[in-house]
Amino acid sequence: MKKYGKFAALVVVIVGTLIWLATAGIKENQTYYKTIAELNQMGDQAYSKRLRVGGDVSPGSIVRTAKTVQFLLVQEKLRLSVVYDGSDPLPDTFKDGSQALADGRMGRDGVFHASRVEAKCASKYEAKPGGRPAPAPVYPNKAASF
Amino acid sequence: MENIGALAVLLAFCLAIYAVIGSVVGKLRRNPFLILSAERAVYAVWFLVTVAAGVLVSAIMTGDFRFVYAAEVSNRAMPMLYKFAAWWGGQAGSLLFWSWLLSTYAVVVIFTNRRKHREFMPYVVAILATVQVFFLMLNTFVVSPFDMLAVDKAITAVPDGNGLNPLLQYPAMAIHPPMLYLGYVGFAVPFAFAMGSLITRQPGDGWIHTTRRWTMVTWLFQSCGIVLGAAWAYHVLGWGGYWGWDPVENASLLPWLGGTAFLHSVMMQEKKGMMKVWNMVLVSATFFLCILGTFLTRSGIVNSVHAFAQGSIGKYFVGFLAIGIAATSYLILDRLDYLKSEAQLESVVSRESSFLFNNLVLLASCFAVLWGTLFPVISEAVTNEKISLDAAWFNRLMIPIGLFLLILTGVGPLFAWRRTSTDSLRRNFMWPGIASLVLVGGLLAAGMRNFYALISFGFCLFVALTIIVEFYKGARQIAAKNDLNFAHAVVELTHRNTRRYGGYLVHMGIVLMFVGFTGAAFNLHRSDELKAGDSIKIGSYQLTVKDTHEGENDNYLWQNASVEARKNGEFLGMLNPEERVYKASRQPTHEVALRERLNEDLYLNFAGMNGDSVVLQSYVFPLVDWIWIGALTLIFGTLVALVPSKVKREYARTQVVGITSAVPAEARPR
Repeated sequence: MKKYGKFAALVVVIVGTLIWLATAGIKENQTYYKTIAELNQMGDQAYSKRLRVGGDVSPGSIVRTAKTVQFLLVQEKLRLSVVYDGSDPLPDTFKDGSQALADGRMGRDGVFHASRVEAKCASKYEAKPGGRPAPAPVYPNKAASF
Repeated sequence: MENIGALAVLLAFCLAIYAVIGSVVGKLRRNPFLILSAERAVYAVWFLVTVAAGVLVSAIMTGDFRFVYAAEVSNRAMPMLYKFAAWWGGQAGSLLFWSWLLSTYAVVVIFTNRRKHREFMPYVVAILATVQVFFLMLNTFVVSPFDMLAVDKAITAVPDGNGLNPLLQYPAMAIHPPMLYLGYVGFAVPFAFAMGSLITRQPGDGWIHTTRRWTMVTWLFQSCGIVLGAAWAYHVLGWGGYWGWDPVENASLLPWLGGTAFLHSVMMQEKKGMMKVWNMVLVSATFFLCILGTFLTRSGIVNSVHAFAQGSIGKYFVGFLAIGIAATSYLILDRLDYLKSEAQLESVVSRESSFLFNNLVLLASCFAVLWGTLFPVISEAVTNEKISLDAAWFNRLMIPIGLFLLILTGVGPLFAWRRTSTDSLRRNFMWPGIASLVLVGGLLAAGMRNFYALISFGFCLFVALTIIVEFYKGARQIAAKNDLNFAHAVVELTHRNTRRYGGYLVHMGIVLMFVGFTGAAFNLHRSDELKAGDSIKIGSYQLTVKDTHEGENDNYLWQNASVEARKNGEFLGMLNPEERVYKASRQPTHEVALRERLNEDLYLNFAGMNGDSVVLQSYVFPLVDWIWIGALTLIFGTLVALVPSKVKREYARTQVVGITSAVPAEARPR
């Protein structure tokens, strides 16, 4: 059985290392999904955890500069102002009215600082009977709304 | 038309149920006519699903926007290629596509095995048909692609559709889903053969020999699908990443990891009659991971940028998975005696052991990815809080796992079966080892301090050298013996044992891909607001914004910036990153400007205008092209391994070929 001892030892070492890698510092990698309502009820906890907050991007609220993008997330009556300061460009699906998930931390200033934003288009054709053609898209020219 | 389509899937559903019952009852009652009729039913299913698919595709092609599905995923201005691709661009259509692929595979399997494996073919048919029933049920009752737009009860059409998601209107993306699906669906075949052989307690490994090529082709499709997805993300999403540990990406990686483990561990069963239970578990796990992958992609259960298709199909998939896994586990546990191993492990430094560890690590990585992907679901079930894990967590685990697999790739094939002598270890590994140490020393001296990058480059060189030496030794012998030139001898060598040398080529592809992955440790990035005439510097490049242009065509409006690129003053060319807004979906996309070179890519993204300034995001990605080169090598290697070996029937000659090592060549084919 001695040779199986060697195998067992190696297997334990490998699996042990992986478990250690998977669990050590996992708190740093965790993000909590919250709605805006839940976020408001979190109190001081809101400032200590990494959060992922979902909502609709309020139309017309997107303001872009070179380094940051500011926008309002809306969910029912609740609003949350968000500053995105991550390094990656925002996804193409991020635009007025799209559903977005902002990933980051709540600041003491009441603004949510996102380091990552995911977005998807609000579903469009919910079988609108005899639907009119969508209004012709306005090319967002050199205005800040881009 | 819509009624023909809906009727066709409904009939196909009924016939698939008949095929399951017919083949099982026919087998139990020993009624060959019933078995035959079940097989014919599968052909009929293929015909009906093809009709249904034809109806759907022609509706999309001709712009029949009474179809909800056509209105959702296509519009008139779209190019024909993307109209066809719209077939799998949404949930209902992609599930119909799944059904169609599965029925096509089933027809091929039944036709090619019509005179073979009669003892367990009825069960193979029954299992394939069961999976078919599940997907046809979804097509018929849950997410029918033949729903019509209607006001009150009158069917109406909209003038134009929403258009396919513009992000998907990209050539690689049009073929990425079919590739992945061909891979996902294909694993149903080895699974069905394994189960058929288990149910009837077939002696020997017939199912492995029959499905070896299936498994490899399927694995090849999965590999292509994954790489195309990565290439798409890199070229289209505008942030230069090719892998973000997104749930949908993970969903495609999981069955690939399982399949890779399976492809390696079946060799243990073929050569040594070991690991039989393990192979049954692996082939089943891989199949269920394929189903899970379809489920993750299609249900949107885990939040994901990819969730192009969402819906309430989750509970059906969970039910199917639960029943399938329970049935498979029962079968394997009930027939453990039939799966007894014929040999034992002897030494830690042996081929068997390297396979064992390769499997352990692949499975561990598979489990880790699965755990991380489902963590939001698990944590919500346990703590009532939905918690996700970020890419950094995946990287922390997967980088060491990847490096360990990389080194196994190099040493595993050179270990002898049973045990390896110290002498052969030294002969095989001394020079590659020394060369990699020299490389790492050189890189350290040149100032590279990234720990994982150093290890990775060292391992890459080591593995590459061991593979090259294998080719060199074998080819030199053949060249001397048969008076051939060296290049010809390499071809001859490979042809004599395609599995082994094709496998080496696949390994070489993996090495090259790791070179590309390692380049990511040295990425550069900056983001600036630039007026016409402004310059910035990134790496060794100087970038100057010249001007901007805009225009439109039928499908989209566009605006781009002309950026002049210079390297150390030398003019390299103009780069024109572009932003588009698609008319039908009113969604912007970014067309990055890319200067691809083997050493590094210069990658520019035009993020729009701020006042009269261009918002320009510039990146330098070292070595990233080697990922695509590695992928092509991997594809080539797999194709080589699919070619029948020249010396299959004259096994003795492989010994004459005699690779100069203590181990007879015959004992170590790959």
